[in-house]
Amino acid sequence: MPKWSMVIDLDKCVACQGCSIACRMENNTPAAPPDQAAMGREIRWNDVFPWPPNQAEPGEYPHVKTYYMTRPCQHCENPPCIKVCPVQATYKGEEGIVHQNYSRCIGCRFCTVACPYGVRYFNWYAPEWDPTMRQHLNPDRVESGEFVQEHTEGPIPRPKGVVEKCTFCVQRHDKALKKAAEEGRALRDSDYIPACVQTCTGKARYFGDMENPESTVSLLAQERRAFRLLEEVGTFPKVIYLREG
Amino acid sequence: MLRVEDRELKKLVLPLLDVSPAYYITGAALLALVFWGVFVFAYQTIYDLGVTGMQRPAYWGVYMVNFIFFIGISHAGTLISAILRVTQAEWRRPITRIAEAITAFALIVGSLQILFDLGRPDRFLYVFFFGRTQSPLLWDAMSVTAYFLGSITYLYLPLIPDLAIMRDNLPDDAPAWRKRFYTFFSFGWRGNKSQWIRLEKAVAVMAILIIPIAVSVHTIISWILATTVQPGWHSTVFGPYFVVGAIFSGIGALFITMTIARRIFHLEDYLTIKTYNFLSYLLIAMTAIWFYFTFAEYMTLAAGQQRAEWPVLASKLWGMYMPSFWVMVWSMVAAFWILVIPRVIPKSFKSLPIFQPRMSLGAAIAAGVAMLIVISPIHSKVVTAMAAATSPSFDLQSLAWIAVFAGIAALILGTYWLKEHVIAGTVIASVFIVEGMWLERWNIVIPTMTHPRLIAFGMYTPSWIEWSLTLASFALFAFMFMVFFKLFPPISVWEVAEGRVVSEAKETIEMPMPPVTSPPRRGSFTFGARRGVPRS
Repeated sequence: MPKWSMVIDLDKCVACQGCSIACRMENNTPAAPPDQAAMGREIRWNDVFPWPPNQAEPGEYPHVKTYYMTRPCQHCENPPCIKVCPVQATYKGEEGIVHQNYSRCIGCRFCTVACPYGVRYFNWYAPEWDPTMRQHLNPDRVESGEFVQEHTEGPIPRPKGVVEKCTFCVQRHDKALKKAAEEGRALRDSDYIPACVQTCTGKARYFGDMENPESTVSLLAQERRAFRLLEEVGTFPKVIYLREG
Repeated sequence: MLRVEDRELKKLVLPLLDVSPAYYITGAALLALVFWGVFVFAYQTIYDLGVTGMQRPAYWGVYMVNFIFFIGISHAGTLISAILRVTQAEWRRPITRIAEAITAFALIVGSLQILFDLGRPDRFLYVFFFGRTQSPLLWDAMSVTAYFLGSITYLYLPLIPDLAIMRDNLPDDAPAWRKRFYTFFSFGWRGNKSQWIRLEKAVAVMAILIIPIAVSVHTIISWILATTVQPGWHSTVFGPYFVVGAIFSGIGALFITMTIARRIFHLEDYLTIKTYNFLSYLLIAMTAIWFYFTFAEYMTLAAGQQRAEWPVLASKLWGMYMPSFWVMVWSMVAAFWILVIPRVIPKSFKSLPIFQPRMSLGAAIAAGVAMLIVISPIHSKVVTAMAAATSPSFDLQSLAWIAVFAGIAALILGTYWLKEHVIAGTVIASVFIVEGMWLERWNIVIPTMTHPRLIAFGMYTPSWIEWSLTLASFALFAFMFMVFFKLFPPISVWEVAEGRVVSEAKETIEMPMPPVTSPPRRGSFTFGARRGVPRS
């Protein structure tokens, strides 16, 4: 059983936000109107923000340096979000992906509150697109679940009042799984990658199976530069960063 | 036919039947507010939660604050009445009914807040269909449900004899529905011995059962926050802290409600100064315990100075939540001294000059001016001095100190007024406490929400939607009381009658006093000239 994992090399990351845009196109996250964005209600499954957050930039003018952090869902091994969900709308799949079921979510936002990384987003309104954008929505659908009967997740346009989050492009995972089944073989390390990894300008993102000791992510995770976000909260993320320098 | 003494008939039974125009007007006003709330909730459901002030990172707002507050108020009742029943405190008798009613209504209003808060209220029942036992929210749904069922039962059991009294003592011209209502709900109570024994047993069992359930309810509400790893919430003290706060705010709410009932139904013979005094002692103790927990909570945060927790604490002490935090603290300080001062200052001190209005005002003003001079920063440059003088934090600080000294002056001036008006003083303190406890919930929930680890710090301002629903919730709370007080006696008639028998019996007992002896003298140690003179 693969354990899907991502490695992000911050040395290569140029903070172009390509991952954010690719994610938006792949997963049909709506753009928030300016007044809503000003309230902090925009949805960015893959966010790029100044690092460290809520602190002044290091250095004094003219020797100022700005750092950026790119952040998908961390798909923790010990996710605080699934423990607090009262209706099992979010759960960890067998391959380690933390799923989010839009058909089950009651919108209590306990998971958004419990996630220390802030990767979860709430649909304050039903999503809206302008007509051209609406014609070009990603048609992929993920409608069968692993544990539950009624299940929708991934790029399906969300109903109002539910929580959504990065799924490591679970729709691509589904396709890869079907293809592997047609060819009569098990899912391989290189069978699928999420949209953000595919698009990354600096080739800073790597994706693969952490269970396979030969995979790129396994080898990179053993580097001395490797670290995880907020290791002190005990969530054991499956997104591993490589420190700059 | 259950008979009842004339004074009870006049004070407790018959007033339920006459409905004055003022009642209709107040009821209509409250009902209008409730319907406004229904309209606003419909509006919010149709136009989505986006119409509230909540956003990222403040995913929870006033609804969560109200939820914790109302469930806290609910501890007024059942817990207090159960503890007092179990410990056989005689003075509980006139207050149990009102206390238990507060519990039932506060639980209804509190649970409604969760419904307001859901993004998908249509899926509310999923909690019961697909519950995940690991989630504190599910524990909460279970414990609040258990507490609601338990307290409804606990409210209803002691009501049965009273309903039978109502059934048997209704005047002939009473409306027919009332007769049917009391006949049905008194469940064929005849007041024979076996019925009394069963009732006493059932009440005793319920009183003991309800105490652990009540403690679990607010502990679990605190665990909603404490089981997350968010800065400022992940604390073991939250369980007992919330339970203490709940009982504390509950007694405050009980004082306010019972004083209103006392005023409207003229229950001066039942809710006596003695009742107020005893319950005040409990309230004073709870204030002190609340201070202890609050200090312990903030002390550990301040001493640790962890990177994620420090901004939360700083925002309360001198940041954007400074007003709500310090208003809370000073409300509680004021409440404590309003309750304590009239009880510790003897009557004979009235002749002291400090209690003369002119002297106390002068002393307070002098102290305020002195304090202002002490806290004002010393400036070496005119420019910085002007900047400091015009900055809002300076003004706020001065204002806060002036308010504190005005409060002290008012307290000294009012000491003898408070001594003479025990009930008014208690109600003033209770209003401070209930308002301070609402702010306490706010100070726990909101600053942590707006100071997360990896999201940019945010601001949360509730919208008119949230304030409307809050107002409507309070109106619903009051309205349920209005209906309740017209259907059921506000005081437990049979318990008060029973208490009268007990106290009359007690008066006939003569307590033997221990023999008087003079203390033995000790050696040659002398301290002053009068030592050695035997005391009489």
